[in-house]
Amino acid sequence: MDFQLLVDIFPQVLLDGLILGFMYALIALGYTMVYGVLEFINFAHSEIFIVGAFAGVEILLGLKGAGWLDGLPWPLVLLLLLLAGMAVSGLLAVTVERIAYRPLRSAPRLIPLISAIGVSFFLQDLIRLVESIWRNAFNLVYPTLDALNLRFELTETIDVSVKSIVVIVAALGMLWVLHLLVNRTKIGTAIRAVAEDQAAASLMGIDVNRIISLTFFIGGVMGGAAGVLFGVQYGLINPYSGFIPGLKAFTAAVLGGIGNIPGAMLGGIVLGLLEAFAASYLSLLTGGAFGAEYKDIFAFSVLILILIFRPKGLLGEIVRERA
Amino acid sequence: MNRYPVRLALVLAVILGLAALPAASNLDAQGKGTIKIASQSPLSGGQAALGEGIKLGVQLALEKLKGGLEKRGFKVELVPFDDQAKPDVGVANAKNIIADKDIMVIIGHLNSGVAIPSSEVYKEVNLAMVSPANTAPDVTDRGYKNIFRVCGRDDVQGPVGAEFAKGTLKARSVYIIHDKTTYGQGVAEFFKADAEKKGIKVLGFDGTEEKSNFDPIITPIKAKNPDLIYFGGIYEQAGPFFKQAREKGVKSKFLGPDGLDSSDLARIAGKAVVGMYYTSVAGPASLYPQAKQFAQDFKRKFGRNPEPFAAQAYDATAIAIKALEAVTKGGKAPTRDAVTSAVRDVKYAGITGTVEFDDKGDPKKAVYLVLQVGSEDPAKWNDNKAARILTIAAPRKK
Repeated sequence: MDFQLLVDIFPQVLLDGLILGFMYALIALGYTMVYGVLEFINFAHSEIFIVGAFAGVEILLGLKGAGWLDGLPWPLVLLLLLLAGMAVSGLLAVTVERIAYRPLRSAPRLIPLISAIGVSFFLQDLIRLVESIWRNAFNLVYPTLDALNLRFELTETIDVSVKSIVVIVAALGMLWVLHLLVNRTKIGTAIRAVAEDQAAASLMGIDVNRIISLTFFIGGVMGGAAGVLFGVQYGLINPYSGFIPGLKAFTAAVLGGIGNIPGAMLGGIVLGLLEAFAASYLSLLTGGAFGAEYKDIFAFSVLILILIFRPKGLLGEIVRERA
Repeated sequence: MNRYPVRLALVLAVILGLAALPAASNLDAQGKGTIKIASQSPLSGGQAALGEGIKLGVQLALEKLKGGLEKRGFKVELVPFDDQAKPDVGVANAKNIIADKDIMVIIGHLNSGVAIPSSEVYKEVNLAMVSPANTAPDVTDRGYKNIFRVCGRDDVQGPVGAEFAKGTLKARSVYIIHDKTTYGQGVAEFFKADAEKKGIKVLGFDGTEEKSNFDPIITPIKAKNPDLIYFGGIYEQAGPFFKQAREKGVKSKFLGPDGLDSSDLARIAGKAVVGMYYTSVAGPASLYPQAKQFAQDFKRKFGRNPEPFAAQAYDATAIAIKALEAVTKGGKAPTRDAVTSAVRDVKYAGITGTVEFDDKGDPKKAVYLVLQVGSEDPAKWNDNKAARILTIAAPRKK
């Protein structure tokens, strides 16, 4: 076992894990906010997330096709991508809620869950259909923005790319805005009131349906931003790319204490770090006996342990137990 | 209560009537009968580029060569199946294939991990499978009478890669990544064993099913700085891996097996794979002097260049048709048993070389190539130059 190597790559693995973690955090917010107001898991959120990535790649390919990609400054392009991804995903989330969940609001809680799983499959194949007709492709490649790939070598084994800084800054920015929105504005107060008690909130003059729509919109916007960042960071997306990150983000939301906004952020970052460290270190620590393919087993074993000792998640005390 | 039996009888009558319909129409179509050739390859999903190429290769061969069978009064049809590169889908299709009594031969698959379980189904009815692309030794090593392939094997391809790594690339160390499938892990293990024998230091051997985020795998590779990275797997996964590795500043050379032999690799990874070497049992059609006409016909008919393995699919189909012609002499209706034993006797000078099967179903001699990616433009994939062209006999059974 090469101890020096473990130390050398530590900062790089930390950075990789943070990038992944912030992405999980952004997606996890969609799960946790919807759970907060409706106590229901929106399993279609993984597709809402990846639709954001598709909106981004379509804009990029459109710009490239028109020959404008090289002329525009990259921060502007990136902003455009993020806005497009956020708008498309946000509107999609609201539409899904209106069509597939609202009519089932008074049904037993398992019914909208099944509806959500159905929407998830439907959206996957809808994206596949549209992309195969429109681009005749399954895997879509994010065109490379050279400025984003610029790297700063800190040491021989560690470097930071503009891309990774952008991902972290954008994710932090989004999380900060969300925090302000939920805790410092009237709308945020209304969202929290609906989460607390729908009936009482509506007696106070809050339009519960509008607030629920808004919650879906905010969750979708976060997911869409995560989708664009995912595409920019990893470069390749297909209609099924959303499934695994979505599942992991859901896990992150549970880990942090589902329904709890800071919990989702924390859970996402913890899960991202666990995964990155497991993938990079397992093989080195065990002399190759357990390779990177065990990263999920390791990460999820730790999760099970945490949940055994803290069944409500890391920050889950605030969640009320329902009879 | 009394009316129930009446209703039941009505329902039964309708069901029986419906069931009788297809049988009746089948009788009408009987001239001398229909011979169907099935193809199985991924037509959707991330490996569709190669899978579609295989299907079109079969289609082209069928259209060009079915004349002889039609003269004898048979209708010849292609039935393409989409195995989605998934073993369970391949097996489910295989069950449908054996249930259709008109299907006399199957051309497929792309992935060995799909071909092996599916061929267990074909074996039940002794249906001949001629594979254009499956390189895992187990495809033929199980000794089934009905399994054939026209391409080489991974227990030769792996060592060809290792020999090239040592002899030409002068690699002293290698890091191996594989995709955990029968094919990818298999060929990676053959490469590893031979590389170690030749004195190349193996710095790591990792499997992964990851499709998008390779960061945590690349970090230790970059720190260990191997001369060479070998990716045992398919282009759909290798593409983002190579791209991200170059973006993270990994300077090692890249090498891989025939799973990387698709223009889609250039589309996904762009300039990251320019200069990459890969071993293949197929390669571009332009490498085969006899395949010139095929490449032109393919382009004219389908409006694109043939992907690697399309020419092999053409040859596999041609062999199947030859066997069918042999068993239908005098207008006799073919049986699956007869076709299977006729395939074994075919000796055929095809567009990718002369194919003659040994007792396991391997070609007695197969071509192995080492190629280098010349351009990031997917349209120029077929211009990739061969650094080595070897013809090697199939390994004998121990």
